[in-house]
Amino acid sequence: MDLGKDLVAASATPLVLAILAEGESYGYAIIKRVGELSKGHLQWTDGMLYPVLHRLERHGLVASQWRSSETGRRRKYYRLTKEGRTELEAERKRWQIVDATLNRIWMRACPA
Amino acid sequence: MSAAADHPPLEEQIGQWRAYLRRRRAITGPDVEELEAHLRDQVGALIQAGLAEDEAFLIAVKRLGSLDALSREFAREHSERLWKQLVMAPDGDAAPATATRIETLVMLALAAAAAVAIKIPGLFGLELVDRNGPFYARNASLFVLPFVTAYFVWKRRMAPRHWVWLAVAFVAAAVVVNTFPFARGTTGPSHTEALCALHLPIALGLVVGIAYVGGRWFEGGGRMNFVRFSGELFIYYVLIALGGGVLTAFTIMMFEAIGMKAEWIAQQWLIPCGAMGAVIVGSWLVEAKQSVIENMAPVLTRLFTPLFTIVLLVFLATMAWTRRPIDIQRNVLIAFDLLLVVVVGLVLYAASARDPEAPPNLFDRLQLLLIVSALVVDTVALFAIASRISEFGFTPNRVAALGENLILLVNLAWSAWLYAAFLRGRGAFRALEAWQTAYLPVYATWAALVVVLFPPLFRYV
Repeated sequence: MDLGKDLVAASATPLVLAILAEGESYGYAIIKRVGELSKGHLQWTDGMLYPVLHRLERHGLVASQWRSSETGRRRKYYRLTKEGRTELEAERKRWQIVDATLNRIWMRACPA
Repeated sequence: MSAAADHPPLEEQIGQWRAYLRRRRAITGPDVEELEAHLRDQVGALIQAGLAEDEAFLIAVKRLGSLDALSREFAREHSERLWKQLVMAPDGDAAPATATRIETLVMLALAAAAAVAIKIPGLFGLELVDRNGPFYARNASLFVLPFVTAYFVWKRRMAPRHWVWLAVAFVAAAVVVNTFPFARGTTGPSHTEALCALHLPIALGLVVGIAYVGGRWFEGGGRMNFVRFSGELFIYYVLIALGGGVLTAFTIMMFEAIGMKAEWIAQQWLIPCGAMGAVIVGSWLVEAKQSVIENMAPVLTRLFTPLFTIVLLVFLATMAWTRRPIDIQRNVLIAFDLLLVVVVGLVLYAASARDPEAPPNLFDRLQLLLIVSALVVDTVALFAIASRISEFGFTPNRVAALGENLILLVNLAWSAWLYAAFLRGRGAFRALEAWQTAYLPVYATWAALVVVLFPPLFRYV
């Protein structure tokens, strides 16, 4: 199912923050985790994740570090900062409001 | 399945992809590395899933998204990267930091030397005051151009047996302009002295040019690079001069506030020393930034070629319509000389930025129109002047201006011919470029002749 560009973009921030709340990670692993969590419904263009990560870093929500991985290749690891955790909590509240609002009308709007 | 053999190995493909990515301005080195790590992870996972290397590579690249979309996203997040910064401390793959530091020190030393040089005559009683104006006018270029030349001699690592000739040229110039017994009028320099002061910098410009190309005047694109350099230097110099003006104004204003006159600091130190040092600093800036920032001179050329063309055409039309003759005033020849200088400059700097292999376009037609209209205007003016030259007599100023007019006219006439051939598909643009660069020594030679021959020819009046 195609989720549309706007919805994908809007959900990117909370999703990335939430995945990083599980522990530090790097770009490719984040994309893989998104695929697992959405059961393949959320299809990101892989490259687009990086500008999002850089924006979050600029806002101080995540911090990054270059490290060698177990295979010896250098990777940029991202982890959630304290501000990121606060922002994740705020995001969660926002999405819950949207979700709850939609839930109250779904039954009546499309009774299928 | 023979396809797999036709594809280059994975590492080579990744290398090519990385090179493409590097060319995007919004995506910098660390981003490329990050994206490459992603690509390799993805390729690895796909190969494990049973795909062939090249298939895995293609799919992984596609999943990363198109380069255009990617660099647009990066640009949105890192918009500052689109403003190229002139790096004082270069990063990564540029020249090593120590080399840059040494170059900066050499530049500062030479700039300081030029700033000191202009104060040295003051120690020998030739103060920087009005009465010594002619001396400073004659020697102005000798206070600064030797240092610019020294900078390039150092930077291009010219051998002493080559640069010694450049030094000889400067010494000869200094001897000539300072031993000629110019007539001492009551009002400023004599005519031939003023001509010397005007033409010496042009003649010595060739010496700087030879140093700029490291002595290889005829090799490769050296001369055109010197043209580009001169245009950028001019623009940088104007910018530095504007900043210097602000600095001077503040100096005077602040000392005024505590009741002290600071004009003498500005007149005796700030302005003369700054004007000299700025040439060296400007040269260094142009060298440092040449690969970083777009050249400005060709941009200005593009802007002003249409405007000058319009003005010239309107002028011609008005002259034809109203039948007003050109009013032959004293300075009219010089005015038309300057017009030709501007047009030659527009042609030269446009050629310096043009891809010689590109096919003719609208701008080339516009350039031809500009040249032709300038030629017509100048021919009309020359006829008007020629008919009355006997009346005026041959003063040194008039002969110099007439000679310059002819030199520029020849350049433009042949340029027009080459442009026309190029536009009709009968010639290459390279011919025009070659003509323009081959013509550069003509200006310098003529200027040298004016400096060396005119004063004795006209009895130093």
